[in-house]
Amino acid sequence: MSRDSASHRLPVIVTFVVGLMLSIMPLPEAIAPFRPDWLALLAIFWAMQLPRTWSVGSAWIVGVILDVTYGTLLGQHALGLCVIVFITVRFHLLMRVFPLSQLTATVFALLALYQFLLFWINGVASVSAPLVSYWAPVITGTLIWPFLYMFLSGVRYRAQARD
Amino acid sequence: MVAPRGNSSNPARIPALGIRLLVLIFISILLMYLDHRENHLDAVRKAIGAAVYPIRLVVDAPVRLWAWLGEATTSRSDLQREVGRLKAERLLTNARLQRLTSLEAENARLRALLDARSKVRDEVRVAEIMAVDANPYEHNLVIDIGSRDGVYDGQAIVDANGVVGQVIETGLMTAQAVLISDTDHALPVEVNRNGLRTIAVGSGEIDRLDLPFLPNNADIRAGDLLVTSGLGGAFPAGYPVAVVNSVTRIPQDPFADVTAKPSAALDQVREVMLIWSVPSAAQEPGDAVVQDDE
Repeated sequence: MSRDSASHRLPVIVTFVVGLMLSIMPLPEAIAPFRPDWLALLAIFWAMQLPRTWSVGSAWIVGVILDVTYGTLLGQHALGLCVIVFITVRFHLLMRVFPLSQLTATVFALLALYQFLLFWINGVASVSAPLVSYWAPVITGTLIWPFLYMFLSGVRYRAQARD
Repeated sequence: MVAPRGNSSNPARIPALGIRLLVLIFISILLMYLDHRENHLDAVRKAIGAAVYPIRLVVDAPVRLWAWLGEATTSRSDLQREVGRLKAERLLTNARLQRLTSLEAENARLRALLDARSKVRDEVRVAEIMAVDANPYEHNLVIDIGSRDGVYDGQAIVDANGVVGQVIETGLMTAQAVLISDTDHALPVEVNRNGLRTIAVGSGEIDRLDLPFLPNNADIRAGDLLVTSGLGGAFPAGYPVAVVNSVTRIPQDPFADVTAKPSAALDQVREVMLIWSVPSAAQEPGDAVVQDDE
C-alpha cells in the first residue's frame, strides 16, 4: 500500500514543483497577464485522476505555498484551489468519461470560478488590479488544457507502468 | 478498507469531503483575516518562503547562466571598449563627486547657520533582482537579500537613475518590493525646479506615473524633474523619481492631467540599491567636525 501511494505521489509532487516554477518564471511585461494558472490546472487533473490521494487538503497546502510565493493574501489561492478541487473530486467519475471537448469546457468553468473567487477576495481586501489579469489566464488555461491533459496522462501511465 | 484505493473505479464517495472543504474554507478565511487586518502571520510567511527559496533559485538560474555566458564569451575588443567607456565615465563621475563633497560640506555649514536639522546620510547596498515574477496583481520584483541582511519592510529601493520602489515583504533571504508604477503605490514628490509638492501615483503601466492632485494653475510643465520630498518618511528626500512628460489643463476640471515618466528603467533593472537612512543623531558629530574645519 505504501509503495503504491509513493509511486502515486512522486510524479504528482514533481509536476506541482514544475508548475510552481512555471508560475513564477519571468515573462515579458506584455504577455505576463496571459500566464495560465498552472497550479489550478494541475490540481484539477490530479484531483480527477487520483481523488483519494489528492483531494482538498493537498490542494489547500499547494494554495498556501502559492500565496506565499506570490505575496498575495495568505489563504486566497488556497481557498480558490480547494473549492475547485472539491467540485472536481465530487464529479471525478463523470469528468473521466467526458470527451476531451466537454472536459475542456468544464475546465473553463472551473478556472472561471477560481478566478472569480480570487477577484472577489481581492475586492473585499480592496486590492485593485486590471481585469485582464483575471480573465486572460482563464482563456489561456482552457486553450492549454487539452495538451496538458494528454501530457499528464502520459506521465501518469508511464509512472504506473513502471510498477 | 477492502476496496482498492487510488485509481480504482470504486464509485464510493470520498468520505467527509464536504466537511473537510468547509473546515478548509473556514481556515482560509481566518488566515486571510489575520493576514489582512493584523499582519500576524509574518513568521508563517517567512517559514514557507524559505521553503520556496530553492525553487526561486532554480527559476532564476537559467537567466543568471545566460548572463554569465554572455560575460564569459565577450570578445577582447568589446571588453577593451567597455573598459575605456567605464574609465571615461568614472573620470566624469569622480569630477562631479569632488564638487559634491564640497557642496555637502557647504550645505552642512549653511544648515548649521540656519540651525536646521542636518540632512540624513544614507547608506546603500546593492541587491540583485531575481528573475522571478510574483504577484500577478501588482508590479513587483524579488531581490536576493532579505531580513538576514537587514532589509526591512518599507525600505526604499533606487537604481542608478532614480527611485524604483519599496520593500513590502521581507523573507529571510529574499524580499519582495512593489514598484512605483503599481496602482496601489503613491509617493510624495516635489518638483525640483520650484519645490512644488505633490503625490505621484502609479498608473499600472510600467512607464507612466500620474500626478492627479495638481490644480490647473499649478506651476508645472513638461520636462520638470520630480524628486522625492521625504515627507512620507519611507523615502529619503532628494532622489529623482520621474520627469513630467505631459501637462493637460482642462478648464472645467479642478485638477490638471499630469503624467510623468519614471527616471529608473523599471522593467530593465537588474541591480538595485537599497537605502538605509542613518538617523540624524548619529550624524551630529560629523557636522561638528565640518564646523571645526571652518
